[in-house]
Amino acid sequence: MPKTIPKDSVGIVTPQCLHFDEPLTLRSGKVIASYDLMVETYGTLNAAKSNAILICHALSGDHHAAGYHTDADGKPGWWDTCIGPGKPFDTNHFFVVCLNNLGGCAGSTGPTALNPDTGTFYGPDFPVVTVRDWVNSQLRLMHRLGIDQWAAVIGGSLGGMQVMRWSISYPEKVRHAIMIAVAPTLSAQNIAFNEVARQSITADPNFHNGRYLEHGTYPKKGVMLARMVGHITYLSDSAMREKFGKSVDDPNSQAITSPSIKSNFGRDLRSGTLSFGLDTDFQVESYLHYQGERFSERFDANTYLLMTKALDYFDPSVDFDGDLSRTFANSNCRFLLISFSSDWRFPPERTREIVDALLEARKAVSYLEIEADQGHDAFLLPVPRYMEALTTYLRRVSAEVNGHAVESTEVRT
Amino acid sequence: MMRPDLDIIQHWIAPGSRVLDLGCGDGSLLEYLKNTRQISEIGLEIDANNIHQCLSKGVNVIEQDLNKGLQNFGDKSFDTVLLTQTLQAVNYPDVVIDEMLRIGRNCIVTFPNFGNWRSRLYLLRKGRMPVSKFMPYQWYDTPNIHFCTVRDFDVLCREKGINVITRTVVDHHHQGNWYIKLWPNLLGETAIYHISR
Repeated sequence: MPKTIPKDSVGIVTPQCLHFDEPLTLRSGKVIASYDLMVETYGTLNAAKSNAILICHALSGDHHAAGYHTDADGKPGWWDTCIGPGKPFDTNHFFVVCLNNLGGCAGSTGPTALNPDTGTFYGPDFPVVTVRDWVNSQLRLMHRLGIDQWAAVIGGSLGGMQVMRWSISYPEKVRHAIMIAVAPTLSAQNIAFNEVARQSITADPNFHNGRYLEHGTYPKKGVMLARMVGHITYLSDSAMREKFGKSVDDPNSQAITSPSIKSNFGRDLRSGTLSFGLDTDFQVESYLHYQGERFSERFDANTYLLMTKALDYFDPSVDFDGDLSRTFANSNCRFLLISFSSDWRFPPERTREIVDALLEARKAVSYLEIEADQGHDAFLLPVPRYMEALTTYLRRVSAEVNGHAVESTEVRT
Repeated sequence: MMRPDLDIIQHWIAPGSRVLDLGCGDGSLLEYLKNTRQISEIGLEIDANNIHQCLSKGVNVIEQDLNKGLQNFGDKSFDTVLLTQTLQAVNYPDVVIDEMLRIGRNCIVTFPNFGNWRSRLYLLRKGRMPVSKFMPYQWYDTPNIHFCTVRDFDVLCREKGINVITRTVVDHHHQGNWYIKLWPNLLGETAIYHISR
């Protein structure tokens, strides 16, 4: 538990469950008659209702983006590095909204909810939802909160794809679109990793065609494997070398005895000796087991399948014969895109595709390629140049919507 | 204080036009043109500090190295393309000029004139590469790898069939007096070209 809640935390927060009765027609043609959305908000909506920021979560995220639910919470929300008083998404100036998307497993209607038609869990019957469907449901949330325009819509990875959809579908509702570690579509390689994840879940004997809840069981091993393979794609080779190994700069590098060896390439052993068996020999193995284990305890298998499908299906240019720049023709927000040098899941070249399409569409766009070792995960980490860029950019947004002067920002020299 | 070349440039920018600034630095010029000419702007920059300065000014900036090409910009996708005091620092100045003329309807190029009498005198007297307040680098550590003179640039424009709309040459008082107009390559310190194809 946090001994004391840090000063720059939003503190103890309470999620709220909002019910929506108006049927939502999905891209697939299916209809969700009514649904719940779990929502957290931080900061205060100003009188003009102009200072609201929507945070869109990625594959494994939810509505709990910042702060703590109880004093006993060990960890804050998933984007606590960015949300709070004095942080880039400054809750002294902005009203920050984050929700668990439809199909999620943190309280919004999804596979673990009861299907009113059958009286049992939705499970595999929960319809495939797309980024477009999420944005349509987020629009209803926006109306419910009495907001006419987001000061900014912000997201990384799959969250960034929702930002893109907002800027395309509801151009008048967004002032600033901030997309981080994002791609215009998944590549074959991305889809391939998703398919391995799905197969590992559906091949688990406890999966029962998605009806594991009725069977009182859970495809834990499958979800673990899915998370493990996913996690590898979030890290970079160099991040793994550093995380699981020693380098000559490391004070604990007695393991490296030869002066010609600069590092052990992340090959730290778990127990100091090789097992010459199938035991877990290396630190990286036990780390992945641990991550998979923790994830499988909190995440629903059917939701995981849905989320990967939403990623695979994402292609906003589909309505414009594959022409991404025409896709943005009606957008009139300002865009900020940020990529990370070591991200091989959505590498800078993929983000550049969006930037180039926006340039071709003659939009107002800024783009930063941040030098960072941490791979795709960098978007959740306090990389200094990244944090400064967000802070600087959002201070201007705050000045715009709150009508005050731009606070000066410290810029590295 | 506004750099002398920048004050002259603004008169060549049509109000409301779309402007690309290659090597936009801290975004001062684009900010100035936004205020005076209501342009919609894109700056290209590679220095992290400069990029942050652009963001803090609200100037659109793309992190991109112009030495690695500008293929991502469409033909005639900007009204004006700017290259101010950067020509001498690029790997292939002629390629950059060609690309600018492809991307922009018209282009503005400014550069320090190496044919200025001070440079000539320095080289003549000391036999060493000129170092001054305005060019404070040594030959081995200078980012300015392609110095040229007003006459050199005139020859390049002629060879490439580039239309020189206006050529202005100023001294460090930023004035284009009659004697500078008469001997631009000798007296001019900064050359400012408005070109098109």
